[in-house]
Amino acid sequence: MKNKNLVSITDFSKEEIFKILNLAEEFEKNPNQNLLEGKVIATLFFEPSTRTRLSFESAISRLGGKYIGFTDAASSSVKKGESLKDTIMTVANYSDMIIMRHPIEGSARWASEVSRVPVVNAGDGANQHPTQTLLDLFSIRKTQGTLDNLNVFFVGDLKYGRTVHSLLQAMSMFNTTFNFISPEELKIPVEYKMFLDKKGLKYYEHRDFSDIISHADIIYMTRIQRERFSDPMEYEKTKNSYVLRKNMLKNTKENMKILHPLPRVNEINIDVDSDEKAYYFTQALNGVFTRQAIITSILGLK
Amino acid sequence: MTEKKLQVSAIQNGTVIDHIPADKLFDVIDILGLDKINNQITFGTNLESKKMGLKAIIKLSDIFFADNEINKIALAAPEAKLNIVKDYQVVEKKIVEVPDSISGIAKCGNPKCITNHEEIITKFQVVNKKKVALRCHYCEKITDSEHMEIF
Ligand SMILES: [Zn+2]
Repeated sequence: MKNKNLVSITDFSKEEIFKILNLAEEFEKNPNQNLLEGKVIATLFFEPSTRTRLSFESAISRLGGKYIGFTDAASSSVKKGESLKDTIMTVANYSDMIIMRHPIEGSARWASEVSRVPVVNAGDGANQHPTQTLLDLFSIRKTQGTLDNLNVFFVGDLKYGRTVHSLLQAMSMFNTTFNFISPEELKIPVEYKMFLDKKGLKYYEHRDFSDIISHADIIYMTRIQRERFSDPMEYEKTKNSYVLRKNMLKNTKENMKILHPLPRVNEINIDVDSDEKAYYFTQALNGVFTRQAIITSILGLK
Repeated sequence: MTEKKLQVSAIQNGTVIDHIPADKLFDVIDILGLDKINNQITFGTNLESKKMGLKAIIKLSDIFFADNEINKIALAAPEAKLNIVKDYQVVEKKIVEVPDSISGIAKCGNPKCITNHEEIITKFQVVNKKKVALRCHYCEKITDSEHMEIF
């Protein structure tokens, strides 16, 4: 895996995914190791994402590495009109790896083709966010003991939610049954249904958030954003229909866990937080271990 | 029949590309870069075709294409037929085949794609050959034939 780019979750084979997950387990037990001594990692955030950036910077710091970069495009040469290619080729001279977040789709793939150091995609517009997918897989395996034959429910914005699309692609390797709960306007795009059809996997679409969730092993919640709706009335009608509340958890399976890529707005009621099935904050912590595993594998240190 | 024969035979040596949809003639010219060639070329367009309504035809003197080169036009003219002419005789007939991947011909239909923001040669995987659909190598979004723009 040394020098491999991580742009899209489909860049990694099943074996490589397992390698990352196993390594993340090691870092969970022993997060502070001096493996990155003398290494410089660039964190280029062309759009702000405090949560993802802090998670990466925490991962680097716990491994004794240094990071350089910027936290939004306003403070960088991009503002002066420099092309992405030029920025990447320059920064590649100063660093051993580039971690980047960019609002334009395909930017990370392009960067990986012009960079002489490996590139890790920390989100490119609505396209991919593979480190999120790997931490989701880690969280699912950790709570379920396996990735095989699970019943996964996705709730909320399934049209624009890139975390949903990437996780769906990854979970399709493990004979998953999928359930999609969303408003009509934000339903799972047809290309993903075609993808599942081709793989011969079962999936069900629902418009209502009902006691169907009693079948779930994982409920993956996502945020519904106002700006996704062409009709604001439609948003007002919908926004409260896809909220998970504690009283809905009564008949759910014992092993069921609730995941959310965060930040949450109101789609998970705060009365759920204290329930043992709420896993989203631990999921965020798992992100640090998973990113430690990704960075050290790609640098050939593990 | 005789008229068609005449059209096809009108060149001594070269290639005749027939069954191009009339509104795609200029796309085909672009794809093959015919505006940069010095050979004798004859175009005919808005010709009646029983099969496809209005069609266009291109006759190229002393030009012979490699398969991978000519298959590029399948994006614009998936039903195009080639007649290879030698010494006024059609010596070979070919149909175009949609390639598995294409590079530098089509534009990605996603306005948020990096290829529409920086100078990058587009690359696509052809995911559907019957009703041509392309998956962008960069943004991974699909551009279907209705939204396809040829450079
Ligand atoms: Zn694209």
